[in-house]
Amino acid sequence: MTTENNPALDTIADAPRPGRLREFWHYFRENRGAVFGLFVFMSFILVAILADIIAPHSPTEQFRDHLLQPPFWQEGGSTQFLLGTDPVGRDMLSRLLHGARYSFFIGLIVVTLAVSGGVLTGLIAGFAGGWVDTMIMRLMDVILSFPSLLLALVMVAILGPSLVNAMFAIAIVLQPHYVRLTRASVLGELPKDYVTSARVAGASTFRLMFITVLPNCLPPIIVQAALSFSTAILDAAALGFLGLGAQPPTPEWGTMLSEAREFILRAWWVVTLPGIAILVTVLAINLMGDGLRDALDPKLKRS
Amino acid sequence: MISFLLKRLGTFIPTFIGVSIITFLFIRILPGDPIILMAGERGMSDERYAKLMAQFGYDQPLLTQYWNYFTGILQGDLGISFKTKKPVWDEFFALFPATVELSLCAMVFAIVLGLPAGIIAAVNRGKWPDQALMSTALIGYSMPIFWWALLLIIFFSGMLGWTPVSGRISLLYYFPTDTGFMLIDSFRSGQKGAFTSAVQHLILPTIVLGTIPLAVIARQTRSAMLEVLSEDYVRTARAKGLSPFRINGIHALRNAMIPVITVIGLSVGTLMAGAILTETIFSWPGIGKWMIQAIESRDYPSVQGGLMLIAVIIMVVNLIVDLLYGLINPKIRRT
Repeated sequence: MTTENNPALDTIADAPRPGRLREFWHYFRENRGAVFGLFVFMSFILVAILADIIAPHSPTEQFRDHLLQPPFWQEGGSTQFLLGTDPVGRDMLSRLLHGARYSFFIGLIVVTLAVSGGVLTGLIAGFAGGWVDTMIMRLMDVILSFPSLLLALVMVAILGPSLVNAMFAIAIVLQPHYVRLTRASVLGELPKDYVTSARVAGASTFRLMFITVLPNCLPPIIVQAALSFSTAILDAAALGFLGLGAQPPTPEWGTMLSEAREFILRAWWVVTLPGIAILVTVLAINLMGDGLRDALDPKLKRS
Repeated sequence: MISFLLKRLGTFIPTFIGVSIITFLFIRILPGDPIILMAGERGMSDERYAKLMAQFGYDQPLLTQYWNYFTGILQGDLGISFKTKKPVWDEFFALFPATVELSLCAMVFAIVLGLPAGIIAAVNRGKWPDQALMSTALIGYSMPIFWWALLLIIFFSGMLGWTPVSGRISLLYYFPTDTGFMLIDSFRSGQKGAFTSAVQHLILPTIVLGTIPLAVIARQTRSAMLEVLSEDYVRTARAKGLSPFRINGIHALRNAMIPVITVIGLSVGTLMAGAILTETIFSWPGIGKWMIQAIESRDYPSVQGGLMLIAVIIMVVNLIVDLLYGLINPKIRRT
């Protein structure tokens, strides 16, 4: 009997696997903070995508007649600049909205780089074993023995201060976590029967790595990716604040804070608002990350 | 215990060598010629260039250069700063006590508040104290500390005028700094108000640097306590009718402390990274501020030496924590 001509079997094969996503959502939904975090994160992505449309002004246009104008609810503010203007007369709201775009892309690119590099390296370490494994893991130990921000700082200093170099440096610094996680999961999966049976059935090492084993290693990696997203945003903002990340007049939140430092006692809004933006975004992602961990990784106790 | 010690040293030594190779290579892949940077001369004659190359050993094969660098580290020689022309090693250890003092205060702050917060949250699991404390901890954990520092300055220094904004002590005081720890030196000087001034200068940087470790410790203590509280021996203790204080404070806490101590040990790296930001904002004359200045002025020997020393210090602290661990908990020794 062939399966091709049997409609009953076809539908079974085509039906989505019962409830993987639903089960995930069931657990994720239990954590109210996580759902709230997801909601905020979605709005953040929306703002990042639509920044050009919803921002009332250009983020770099300088309104020379409106320097350091306070937000609209304070005396001297106007609804033309809802959240006030900065020391050179740029609209704060527009800069903050565009800043979301930078932070989102920083997070996305850093996590993509760190995860793809780290997972690949981790798979190689786990499958190869022997001296290859030892070499890779020792190298990761070396990277991990530097404070991440300091290593990123020095790398940026060498490559030259820019947002691209900062993202690259942060990705390298975050990578060892993925290498370790992936390798540990691979070593846990390799002795299992399904891997042996795939190997006996003649699966190539490549197929074993990416199709047989990798999907079963993903949950902790996904959780770590969510947490790295917030680390990337925080570290990039810190580098920007120290003058080694995005360069003015880029409306990156950390860079905005660094430009606003000398006005802290005169104009609270230029200092407070970019920080709130960073805090809210990072907090939302961390809330979401906690929920993801609870839902995806039963090994890490639900507490 | 000896085999555990040897095993642990077996991973320490390769990592140490790896760190030295990476910091060594950093200065070789830099854009720009270090000799020209160092001499600060334009249109240098070939003769003089060759002489300087020889003087700093850059004309030797890479391996020989590395060997000289590596043996230099072991002898406490990390080269000469481009900027101040003083040995990097001496510069580093002159400023190091300031960072240690700040980091210790931040750690004490984090432990003193974080441990009780975690315990209270675990004992009241799911109730409002738990929710309130854990929400606060998550906010602290997500905090951009450079912004947190600015907020504290606005509030405590700007609006209330309680705390100074920068430095370690008011310029009014002058006394010998023998230990390098301002709290001890100002106390020993016997000058009226000096100690108070030192404490006032420490408060804000301590809070800023301690915030993230505080949040991490509170979260870790809570989850470790919850795990221990569900163990059989705790139930036995309850069945025996022991007071809640004895159960939570003595029986449970003792075992819950093991993962908490790891987190505290691992926080050394976080503290060093945080010190860079904190010291820059508060003009605290420590290693973090010095590293930033070295990076900004392209003082490569200082950057290289500082990076090396910081990494080695973190590695040594982690090694000590691991060894203490093996001493306390025989289970870890055997794995």
